[in-house]
Amino acid sequence: MTVAQLDAVEVTYPGRGPALGPFNLAVEAGEIVALVGPSGCGKSTALRLLAGLEAPTRGAVTRAAERGQTSVVFQAPTLAPWLSAEANVALPLELAGVARPAARGRARQALARVGLGDAVAARPVQLSGGMAMRASLARALVTGPRLLLLDEPFAALDEITRRRLADDLLSIWAEARPAIVFVTHNVEEAAYMAGRVVVMTGGPGRFAGETTIEGPAPRPAGFRLTPAFRTAAEAISEQLAQAMAA
Amino acid sequence: MIRFLAPAALIGAILLVWEVVVRLTSVPAYILPPPTAIAAAFAANAPLLIVSAWRTLEMAFLALIAAAVFAGVLALIVSLSPTLDRAIRPLAVTLQVTPVVAIAPLTVIWAGVEHPERAVIALAAVVAFFPIFSGTARGLASADPDLERLFDLYGARPLQRLARLRLPSAAPFIIEGCKVASGLAIIGAVVAEFVAGSGGEQGLAWRILEAGNRLETAKMFAAILALALMAAAVHVLFQWLERRALVWWRGR
Repeated sequence: MTVAQLDAVEVTYPGRGPALGPFNLAVEAGEIVALVGPSGCGKSTALRLLAGLEAPTRGAVTRAAERGQTSVVFQAPTLAPWLSAEANVALPLELAGVARPAARGRARQALARVGLGDAVAARPVQLSGGMAMRASLARALVTGPRLLLLDEPFAALDEITRRRLADDLLSIWAEARPAIVFVTHNVEEAAYMAGRVVVMTGGPGRFAGETTIEGPAPRPAGFRLTPAFRTAAEAISEQLAQAMAA
Repeated sequence: MIRFLAPAALIGAILLVWEVVVRLTSVPAYILPPPTAIAAAFAANAPLLIVSAWRTLEMAFLALIAAAVFAGVLALIVSLSPTLDRAIRPLAVTLQVTPVVAIAPLTVIWAGVEHPERAVIALAAVVAFFPIFSGTARGLASADPDLERLFDLYGARPLQRLARLRLPSAAPFIIEGCKVASGLAIIGAVVAEFVAGSGGEQGLAWRILEAGNRLETAKMFAAILALALMAAAVHVLFQWLERRALVWWRGR
């Protein structure tokens, strides 16, 4: 079943020219798709179209996921500094009308799920970069989304933290299996996390290639050393190099 | 320690030179009284000065509250639509750049001779209005754009967005605006007292005028000193309040 679909979408920002497309993408339920491409190719724009935060200039966006079933995580944690971690995570529920005690309870569970069970009362300023990103992830998961959109979620983190978060995200995904679309610059990260990697050309972003990565999900230890991973990463790098040369 | 010692030493040195020069050159006391005479005048008039300072402070404080309410409401209205912003902002800016002295006589007429304090409060409020208005308006428009997007995504209603995103985001700007406005309210109150020119309101400005008219220059200096000390105390208080409020807002 298709959760969200972009049909020949084009986005042109006034005064800045075409940013995306024409571009097609169908996101199937429960799959993980990575969008890879050079800076400014419209990856984030594609994500905002999938989220329904923006309308395309041309083309059509079909979304099976309703309001409240789509979550977005941005590159920055984007937490409200005046709220505790718990209140931040409870926010989407409270805005949707869930009673405060119930919302706070589910927020604490979501925080515990991402390993922040001890930091429910902390303010964002007291959290490290990795912890803040986990809180942001908890906020995205608390509504039980069918479609989870991540815009370079780990770009600002150090290598160890981003690998740990990637593994945590995969094990969380394995529980409820939401469809995930994530944007990244990092070929290895794309090949490690996604079942399918879509490479885009430079702006305006178009389809440049697609690679399917075989192998179990979540990834077992040492997956980065397997031939399947290496072959996929090579193929993606190759497509990306061609896309950037074009 | 050096933070307090350095300015104290400088003030001490200035006062010493002042005292010595005045005594050696025998300048008439009505032109420049020595610091010891000012200190004596301050001590002799302390109860009166404290009452007057309190009166000025009271009016400045009422003006600050009036300005905050009015500026806050207007900033909220302006934040509702760009058209309202374009309509209201030029008026607010014009009010801001018009010297308070120029509109004082008009305000005095409106307030009536029996109520000079109303004119003083209104004028001080006019002076204190702008920083709160522009701070609040800027704060309400300064929420993190990605948080705004999340509120779109969560389907937040306009009132939810205002109460749970824009107002909390604006809090530091509002606090800063109030801090700046507190100093302006005192300046505004003193200027307004001068212009209102009536002895009915026994504020510090009146003490200065009164002493000046009688050529009691030492008493004049004492009133100026009282005014400076009061303004400095208010400044320190609001700086402290701002720091505490920011700690509360961001949790550290």
